[in-house]
Amino acid sequence: MDEGFLSNVNWDNMLEATWETVYMSSIAIVFTFILGIALGLLLFLTSRNQLWSNPVINWITAAFVNIFRSIPFIILIILLIPFTVAILNTMLGPQAALPALIIGAAPFYARLVEIGLREVDKGVIEAARSMGSNQFQIVFKVLLPESMPALISGITVTSIALVGYTAMAGVIGAGGLGDLAYRDGFQRNNADVTLVATVITLVIVFIFQGIGDLLTRKLDKR
Amino acid sequence: MIRINDVSKVFKTKAASINAVQNVDLNIEQGEIFGIIGYSGAGKSTLIRLLNLLEVPSNGSIKIADYDMMALRGKELRKARQEISMIFQHFNLLWSRTVRQNIAYPLEIAGVPSAKRKARVDELIQLVGLEGRGDAYPSQLSGGQKQRVGIARALANNPKVLLCDEATSALDPKTTSQILDLLYDINQKLGLTIVLITHEMHVIHKICGRVAVMEDGKVVEQGAVLDVFRNPSEEITRAFVKQITENDESLEVIEDQLDDANGTVVKLTFIGERTEKPFVSELIRDVDIDVNILQGNIARTKDGSYGTLFISLEGSEDKVKAALAFLENHEVQAEVITHG
Repeated sequence: MDEGFLSNVNWDNMLEATWETVYMSSIAIVFTFILGIALGLLLFLTSRNQLWSNPVINWITAAFVNIFRSIPFIILIILLIPFTVAILNTMLGPQAALPALIIGAAPFYARLVEIGLREVDKGVIEAARSMGSNQFQIVFKVLLPESMPALISGITVTSIALVGYTAMAGVIGAGGLGDLAYRDGFQRNNADVTLVATVITLVIVFIFQGIGDLLTRKLDKR
Repeated sequence: MIRINDVSKVFKTKAASINAVQNVDLNIEQGEIFGIIGYSGAGKSTLIRLLNLLEVPSNGSIKIADYDMMALRGKELRKARQEISMIFQHFNLLWSRTVRQNIAYPLEIAGVPSAKRKARVDELIQLVGLEGRGDAYPSQLSGGQKQRVGIARALANNPKVLLCDEATSALDPKTTSQILDLLYDINQKLGLTIVLITHEMHVIHKICGRVAVMEDGKVVEQGAVLDVFRNPSEEITRAFVKQITENDESLEVIEDQLDDANGTVVKLTFIGERTEKPFVSELIRDVDIDVNILQGNIARTKDGSYGTLFISLEGSEDKVKAALAFLENHEVQAEVITHG
């Protein structure tokens, strides 16, 4: 084997691993965004003095969120294996990591969504009610648009955590940069592979952060 | 137009129950501007929210136009609310929407098709004087402009009633005046019934025809603005009248001058007096007395003059008597403060 710098890097493998990481992260971000907003809305709307004020549903939702937020991700992946097999019929490849990624990240994001919704001025909701808005309109024309910058900066933070989670998805054979850095880099003592995988991961994180910051700035008209 | 009958609102907390509004009766006629004045905590904010059921009354009945408000539920209530608009102290605009989009909001709620919506928004922008600001976001507007957006938004669905919740309390005096003028214009032009609440007397005397005074959740006095101000029967009403007829500053200044004044110092109070005639010069001419104006604070409005004027009458006792008689004949409230 060549002893030159980066000589141990198999660029085909590196490219494939990069693709797997981007694939897993992107799909997980989209579903986390949707599921997180749904959970966050439920948390917010069922809390005291809100539109659907309901202590029982609020308690159940909060319990669900807190439990899944507390389980370490590496354990969550393993716990969810039967669930993944049931819905995807496979335990292999990057998509097998998706259920665990989404279920791990959405509760965390739901709390950020809840905080964002609480920031919406109560007076604006009152004004919307005074104009004869129904609850659907208050949610989709007032609450979500008014909290959008907070929702976007929240999903940015979450997406970076998700990139970190994908590194652990190698445990169940999902591939990705983390898996490559561990097996090809650490276990075979190829420091350059680890280095390249780390740099690419950082670049992905910076791109996500950049897109998130740009969107937040564009949307924030306050 | 609005019939409020024996309406009360009790807020129950774990510790206690608070009677925010108690047994209020009000009749507000079509096309009038009705003011409700009270200090903060008097229950006026709660009362105005009972009208469009943002707060549900504990008991009593509320009829607005043809709606028996408390019988309305869900869709019917939302429909009625489109005819009972509201503007707010802090404007409550959607900051994520432009001026145009904010004004279009109630039209979207009412299901107006987009082409008609655009035409209506243009009309409203012109009505409230916001030409050229349609694509600005609320954060780029001044307080007065924000309230204009609030007013345009409230008028979008051609309401029958406009509720104003301290609509000028966050604005400076000049802007307050402009917004009140706009509300008055709209009332005249569209025949809209306006109910406003405020803690500022000048808001009442500038545009309201009738007023109700609130204290501790109850309406303690009501009637035509001029009548209530001329003959206030409650202590609180007198305090409000003082807000416009005198200010603490003028009293302090006059106290210094009292020591130096030679003649008889008289305090003239104007509450909606028709002082078109130059009565001071007439007084000097008719009675042949020297009049020294010490201090004055007079505002003229559509219903006459409001304020106080301190004058010193210098001359013989007979002349002073004659001067006081002259003032009485001219229906000016005169009060002798010191004799020279």
